[in-house]
Amino acid sequence: MSFAIFGIPIQAFLGQLLIGLINGSFYALLSLGLAVIFGLLRVINFAHGALYMLGAFAALLLSVYLGLGYWPALLLAPLVVGLTGALVERSMLSRLYGLDPLYGLLFTFGLALVIEGTFRYFFGASGQPYPQPSLLSGGVNLGFMYLPIYRGWVIVASFIVCMAVWLLIEKTKLGSYLRAATEDPILVQSFGVNVPLLLTLTYALGAGLAGFAGVLAAPIYQVSPLMGSNLIIIVFAVVVVGGMGSILGAIVTGYLLGIAEGLTKVFYPEASNIVIFVIMAIVLVLRPAGLFGKDV
Amino acid sequence: MSEPLLNVAGLEAWYDESHVLHGVDLHVNEGETICLLGRNGMGKTTTLRTIMGILRKRSGTATFAGQDLMKMPLHHVARSGLGFVPEERGIFATLTVEENLMLPPVTAKGGMSVEEIYTLFPNLKERRSSAGTKLSGGEQQMLAMARILRTGARCLLLDEPTEGLAPVIIEAIGDILRELKKRGMTVVLVEQNFRFASRVADRFYLMDHGRITAGFPVADLQANMAMLNKELGV
Repeated sequence: MSFAIFGIPIQAFLGQLLIGLINGSFYALLSLGLAVIFGLLRVINFAHGALYMLGAFAALLLSVYLGLGYWPALLLAPLVVGLTGALVERSMLSRLYGLDPLYGLLFTFGLALVIEGTFRYFFGASGQPYPQPSLLSGGVNLGFMYLPIYRGWVIVASFIVCMAVWLLIEKTKLGSYLRAATEDPILVQSFGVNVPLLLTLTYALGAGLAGFAGVLAAPIYQVSPLMGSNLIIIVFAVVVVGGMGSILGAIVTGYLLGIAEGLTKVFYPEASNIVIFVIMAIVLVLRPAGLFGKDV
Repeated sequence: MSEPLLNVAGLEAWYDESHVLHGVDLHVNEGETICLLGRNGMGKTTTLRTIMGILRKRSGTATFAGQDLMKMPLHHVARSGLGFVPEERGIFATLTVEENLMLPPVTAKGGMSVEEIYTLFPNLKERRSSAGTKLSGGEQQMLAMARILRTGARCLLLDEPTEGLAPVIIEAIGDILRELKKRGMTVVLVEQNFRFASRVADRFYLMDHGRITAGFPVADLQANMAMLNKELGV
């Protein structure tokens, strides 16, 4: 069988589509966390890549020191990273609210450098392998490509977690506090809602999502102190394209840009590294609020 | 006479460096409706926002039901039994009418049930799945009041509820305030619409440049008309 689209074999097309979807799964999880944090805290969280890296390292260290495997780590590492996020927000970031948002950006940028520098000091810059869970080893032949089961799991897990967070925000009481506080935190607090606690929980949620993505990534990529900084720039582009603060926008754009990147590898491989930034530039010029953002 | 429910003395407040309240003294007894009168910019809204704790740069004393409001974090003030309905109404665009209604946490027993609220405000029931800000101005005002009535607040701080509304809606809001009074609700009303205020309030305070300059019960309204005409230009 040899179907072809614009002269490209269908196998290559579907294969890259799937790889794009896997990358998009990470973009969606990370940009969702950034969007949740930006929406309520108005902080552009430059530490997001470092939190992702912390998630991967937490899984690695849980394995090395406590002998805990992938599945406990998938639960514990996001909790550890979320708790770290809560401490950072409570002890430091919360002091910058009310100042120009630039201060929050600078603080989280500095924090990312400190965290990455510290891990580089202790673990070196090179990556360390993290074993794939045995339950998800092997692969299946899809006809057009061989899909390692673990990568299929990444797509499923990311999708479930993104949907769960979206439902939490859109359909629950806690989510309605969050949406209302995004519009007018002072009024929501005057109703008796503990908004400072809500801010801490939100940062912890965003951090936890980054940590979760980090654990998911650990068996695919090497666990290295710089794994976050390589990814974070792309994720910022995703958030800009989706629209700052738009929850659904962050999720959908994460997957779409992953796919766009994958398909570019098929049609014009030379451009695959820059296609997301080209799209970002076009969106910024034509629709500065992003595809899903409210008009500015 | 028993202790007033809300007691404010020597209340001062600042917006950044600008000193806006210069020692406000007022009290409100349980079940009373009082009205703050005064021209624009004299500190009426600021007084409500300072009592509520939204404006944090402040000094003086403010107690509600024996509790010191000055030391409370903002999110504890509502739990003491005060409910705030802001001038701009504060209806959330990303929440439906029903989500807006259910948003403020219930702080005490004795609040209205959702059924009671929908009986009192039938429009809100009809439009409960619409986005909050799709409502008309009058409906938004009703929603802003209704969501506080659900919480069990004992005292409403109501900032210019009739502003920009049609006479028939103003009439309806007057009916609601009289109904609340029957139920024993205490109300602090800020109002420019003097005719409306004169039909719902038990007592009046006149504010001028961040101070209370006069206070009188509704029975003495006629005797004070000349002074009010001069101060308010009504």
